[in-house]
Amino acid sequence: MNSFWAVTLATLRKDIRLEWRSKDALNSMLFFSLQVVVIFVFSFDPLAEESRQIVGGLVWIAFLFAAVVALNQTWARELRNQVLDAYRVSPAPANALFLAKALGNFIFVTVLQALMAPLFIVFYNLRALGPAWQLIPITLLGTWALVVNGTFFAAMSLRTRSREIMLPLLLFPISIPAVIAMVAGTSAILTGENSAHFYIVLLLTYDVVFTTASLGLFETILHAE
Amino acid sequence: MSKNSSHAIVVTNVVKQFGRFAALRGVTAEFDAGRFHAILGDNGAGKTTLLRALAGLAHPTRGEISIFGRSPKDACRDLGYMAHPSLLYDEMSGMENLRYFAGLYGFSDDSRCEAAIRSVHLDPSLARPVGQYSQGMRQRMSLARAILHDPKVLLLDEPFSNVDVHSAQEMVGLLKTMREAGKTIFVVTHQAALLDGVADEFIWMEAGQIVDRTAKAQREGQR
Repeated sequence: MNSFWAVTLATLRKDIRLEWRSKDALNSMLFFSLQVVVIFVFSFDPLAEESRQIVGGLVWIAFLFAAVVALNQTWARELRNQVLDAYRVSPAPANALFLAKALGNFIFVTVLQALMAPLFIVFYNLRALGPAWQLIPITLLGTWALVVNGTFFAAMSLRTRSREIMLPLLLFPISIPAVIAMVAGTSAILTGENSAHFYIVLLLTYDVVFTTASLGLFETILHAE
Repeated sequence: MSKNSSHAIVVTNVVKQFGRFAALRGVTAEFDAGRFHAILGDNGAGKTTLLRALAGLAHPTRGEISIFGRSPKDACRDLGYMAHPSLLYDEMSGMENLRYFAGLYGFSDDSRCEAAIRSVHLDPSLARPVGQYSQGMRQRMSLARAILHDPKVLLLDEPFSNVDVHSAQEMVGLLKTMREAGKTIFVVTHQAALLDGVADEFIWMEAGQIVDRTAKAQREGQR
């Protein structure tokens, strides 16, 4: 196996092990998402028709904000004891670190989604009127869009004094096209009024562009002072 | 700097600025291979910045650093860096930490990690996470991480800080062994006395410059 993939897998394994032991990111994401579910259940009457119209936005806002928690944790781990410096002095490729972090975040957010999906379905009386299988590409591509940008901008804001504030300020504006595609795509599938095909293609294009750009630029970010 | 220089490490007119503050002000020095250099000076003298510049972690604003004729980044396989913090994951055991860092250098054999841990007089089978180690054990594990890939040059930033006298002396003994094995060692420290009789040269820094270099024999003559 070449060194890029070996380092990526080793870093991914290490991050999953650290998260498994600390559960820092998963616990906070879960707590935040549960709050969103419960608060909105009490704020409006979740009849099936109404839910189909608005729950697309609700779900993705919950996951977007919850993901920020995980994204901040990703790099906070590397700052404790300045462990990132040990990576920087090694010959390991910078973009292997980036890819491992993005994959790790993708796994954590996907686990959260898997845990939260039944709750959303039960609490909001959800049943898709469109092709439900299309929720899978929308969810996977949308989640990757969030984590790839989030991992990149979280790394960018690493050396700023108020990085927890900087991350949403950098991430949310650039994620707008992806968030719109996720929300509109999810609503289209739930209501069955439109096709989600366009949004899937849009998310795929967005993912390819931002993954390529992030992988290409990450070395500069990692070695910036 | 010429790549044909007989010196292992050549620092040429290195300036490092952080905003308007110059941490290094035109440092020029040459260091031979296989010697033990102790870098001394007050807080803010530029010792850590010089060490980080040698490690390739701080890019000089001006000037050049050459390690065996290459830039620090190109020479990273020949450099072992130990910082004041441990550079280890607190939640993982020593062996788990070293296994991960060995992977960054392309090594996958546990025997290398075990040898590095044993060489600093720790037990590779210790399952306790590094966060639960004593400060002295953590420093030694940090040293094990720095020597894991058998670098020619060791850059150690305050390895004896916050450790008891016995542990510090034990670490000095380890470094002496490594110097005898041909490693070039740089140690930034405030505890110069610990290195008397061990370091080949004492380098004094002040306000971002090297102000004095004292060879071992000279220092022994002064004492």
